[in-house]
Amino acid sequence: MAVQTPNGFTLDRSGRRIVIDPLTRIEGHLRIEANLDSDNVIRNAVSSGTMWRGIEVILRGRNPRDAWAFTERICGVCTGTHALTSVRAVENALGVTIPENANSVRNIMQLCLFVHDHLVHFYHLHALDWVDVVSALKADPKSTSALAQSISPWPQASPGYFKDLQIRLTKFFGSGQLGPFKNGYWGHPAYKLPPEANLMVVAHYLEALDFQKEIVKIQAIYGGKNPHPNWLVGGVPCAINIDGIGAVGAINIERLNIVSSIIDRSIEFVEQVYLPDIAAICSFYKDWLHGGGLSSKSVMSYGDIPENANDCSTESFKLPRGVILDGNLKEILPIDHGDPEQIQEFVAHSWYKYPSDCCGLHPWDGITEPSFELGSKLKGNKTDIKELDEGGKYSWIKAPRWRGRAVEVGPLARYIVGYAQGKAEFKEPAERLLKGLNLPVTALFSTLGRTAARALECQWAAHQMRYFQDKLVISIKAGNTATANVSRWNPESWPKEAKGYGFTEAPRGALGHWIKIKDAKIDNYQCVVPTTWNGSPRDFEGNIGAFEASLIGTPMADPQRPLEILRTIHSFDPCLACSTHVMTPDGQEMASVKIR
Amino acid sequence: MLSPTNKKRILVLGIGNILWADEGFGVRVVEEFHRRYAVDDNVTVLDGGTQGLYLVSFLEQADRLIVFDAIDYGLLPGQLMLVRDDEVPKFTGARKVSLHQTGFQEVLSAAELLGRRPRELALIGCQPFDLEDWGGPLTAPVRFQIAPAIKLACKLLEQWGSPAKLRSLPLPASERLLANNIDHANYEMRAQPI
Repeated sequence: MAVQTPNGFTLDRSGRRIVIDPLTRIEGHLRIEANLDSDNVIRNAVSSGTMWRGIEVILRGRNPRDAWAFTERICGVCTGTHALTSVRAVENALGVTIPENANSVRNIMQLCLFVHDHLVHFYHLHALDWVDVVSALKADPKSTSALAQSISPWPQASPGYFKDLQIRLTKFFGSGQLGPFKNGYWGHPAYKLPPEANLMVVAHYLEALDFQKEIVKIQAIYGGKNPHPNWLVGGVPCAINIDGIGAVGAINIERLNIVSSIIDRSIEFVEQVYLPDIAAICSFYKDWLHGGGLSSKSVMSYGDIPENANDCSTESFKLPRGVILDGNLKEILPIDHGDPEQIQEFVAHSWYKYPSDCCGLHPWDGITEPSFELGSKLKGNKTDIKELDEGGKYSWIKAPRWRGRAVEVGPLARYIVGYAQGKAEFKEPAERLLKGLNLPVTALFSTLGRTAARALECQWAAHQMRYFQDKLVISIKAGNTATANVSRWNPESWPKEAKGYGFTEAPRGALGHWIKIKDAKIDNYQCVVPTTWNGSPRDFEGNIGAFEASLIGTPMADPQRPLEILRTIHSFDPCLACSTHVMTPDGQEMASVKIR
Repeated sequence: MLSPTNKKRILVLGIGNILWADEGFGVRVVEEFHRRYAVDDNVTVLDGGTQGLYLVSFLEQADRLIVFDAIDYGLLPGQLMLVRDDEVPKFTGARKVSLHQTGFQEVLSAAELLGRRPRELALIGCQPFDLEDWGGPLTAPVRFQIAPAIKLACKLLEQWGSPAKLRSLPLPASERLLANNIDHANYEMRAQPI
């Protein structure tokens, strides 16, 4: 029996159900269940985060100035962006302003994370949903070389280079240790690239693996420490001593030059490797425009990368800010993180307890009280769930809503808002890519569009790093060396009670932290992370979130091997964060796919 | 001639999530090791947290690796186990994990794919007792294994010709591996949520 959701999707759970648990190659633990009709088209989808994340609980009573160090540990990939959001929340609560140099350094670190995360996400997580590694073994190195040279001036493209790589790969596979390539659905009919294109992208997979190590050096230089950079309420912890030699941690001309050179090489890599690969992949998947989900309806971007320190206006933000509802690109609605009526979280279908299931709570008043109850139609039991009941509580993820509406966040959302604002730096590259592929603008509202937007944004971010690096150097050369404002460092200068919020655009979407401070200690702390928006379960009105929406209507070639589901969910760069990574002797655990 | 500069490079690494009870074992061991012992220049001591591919460059630069981690061997809680060389990848097939927080096995195979991974591996693992207690402390059976795990590592370092030396002066707070209230003592004192 089909039901209509308030946000415009038709769900039918009468067909057979498939269960994928866990979904592989993501941060954390995600379970997807879907009902297929007789043609193997997805008619209902259920997304369940199956691990509890309660940073809120552990921060209560701690020193607000240390909150970043805890949030940095939530997970292994969002490290810096959580830390930045945290220091911004404390600064907002206490009315602390930061110097211009600190703004530039923070922007560079955040943009560096964008470049690193987008590149790593694409090549090491997502590419394998489009690229068949085993097919690459059959490619002709000469034709691969011809293909590579026809789309990019990137120098590593000789027949010998690809031949050597093929030999290495064959050896690697022959040794039985598939490593990162294990659990792939190699040979699946939904793979469309010819062997040569597969080999080319696999070569770049390895080059990206090598190159990503360079990019993070920027974090180490400005953060003073890798892989857990240091942050500071009031600015950045790195001192500037331009003529200094060997001063521990201080930024001198030599270090600035290292950063500068890494930025140049990042721009080169993104423009000569990542973008041509994306264009090539898109050209073979033009007919696979599934997965748009909420993107053509409701999207949100908080905005980030302020041009001017302490200026959170739409004009100052280089990343777009605003909400689009119901596909109305003509109206961009303003966001206020402090308005209790705007951002609210609901728990009608989440494993938490609120005073009332139908009322949302603004994060300042957020509660994180677990309540593991299962719906009455659940198949299985608490310790062995065979099939979730989405009519009851079914996820550890809360359901955040903007004025009651489910929205998609992330690179595609940012590009859609930027496009609607008519911002040339987002609109023009997107139009150029689409034109080259002979696709209409509406093709952006798809899994492929999400993947392409991420690549375009990676290029944008690399150039913005250049911009802020130059700005920083000019400022330093003009004699401005301030990197921190410590005038309100001492808690005695704080009000007895204060509250604030901090937000960023994380690579995977809008991220916010809300803090309440009482007697110089944290009284309440709530994080609403991008994957909470995208991976949210239903709310009390029945609106579905972005993951669930994106799967509806997708045909599956082989339900036993749910490549299409992986492809679309991975396109969001989900981060369910902070799961355990306990190792098991048997290891090699395959995602279990069950069909009922 | 074997001068100290061309000694084999050793990485002593602790991994895990300190916010998740016994899952923090690896990081807490390496933190305590660093507090108590000084090492030669060819030895790097690193808190790897839950970082994945970020760790590849550290692995590439090492000829020998000691890694501390919480491991589900199916043993009794707190049981310590040393796994060597080719056995290590078998134990590092991460369950419930994935790319970004990349199972350590994937970090290893990434280094392998690039053709530069440590030749000698030693995994010092401890069977966790409680992984569900978010924000909780290490449980007693696991905490009691910090010292024995350090002892095992010291023995390996000695065999490898780079013995760790007990610090003659206490390590200044500013040089500890973890600061800002997430060091073991401060974290644990406040680990029980109020």
